[in-house]
Amino acid sequence: MKIRLTSIYVDDQRAALAFYTDILGFITKHDVPLGDNSWLTVVSPDDTEGPELLLEPADHPAVKPYRDALVSDGIPLAQLAVDDVAAEHERLSRLGVVFTQPPTAIGVGSVAVFDDTCGNLIQIVDRIPTGD
Amino acid sequence: MVDVFRALDDETRRLILDGLAERDGQTLFEICTMLTTRHGVGSSRQAISQHLAVLEDAGLVASERRGRTKVHHFNREPLAAIARRWPLTEEKPP
Repeated sequence: MKIRLTSIYVDDQRAALAFYTDILGFITKHDVPLGDNSWLTVVSPDDTEGPELLLEPADHPAVKPYRDALVSDGIPLAQLAVDDVAAEHERLSRLGVVFTQPPTAIGVGSVAVFDDTCGNLIQIVDRIPTGD
Repeated sequence: MVDVFRALDDETRRLILDGLAERDGQTLFEICTMLTTRHGVGSSRQAISQHLAVLEDAGLVASERRGRTKVHHFNREPLAAIARRWPLTEEKPP
């Protein structure tokens, strides 16, 4: 068994695609029209055959209260790996991304949390190089 | 003032105030991350939320909305009230 795809709910698929590609730097993997919406996934340019992130429409009535409660408590809905949280925090802040949690050391590395503008908080994580 | 002493009579709540004194305006998630990774506090998010409610009732913590997210601030005023009631004096104890 492998993890090949995971999903997050987004308010607007096109706005989400712009944020996840133009700002975060992912590339579109699948964009297949499906009724009013699309089967829309992005991947890391460093690993185009790797796990895909599905940008799923947030139109189910359960999604809003679920996400509102998590965002209210600052709880991220997904974790993304980066090489350097501090550098990424600086780069994204320059692009206007709002962080709810600045880079914070957690022993094995650092974390930070930002608003993806599509209704979710996303955590970025790095690891202190262990030398192996 | 009773509420203040009761709120302070707990190590986890004192650690929460330490964290907010270091960086004010934290979310529940950030407070939980700080307690777990720096202090090894294994309490659930719900338990930490209840600790924050005790601190809020005592006036030591105030929360506000920043966009869609709730952040917590350390309010030192109740501690200042303690210092005013029993001010420090220059006199050395005998």
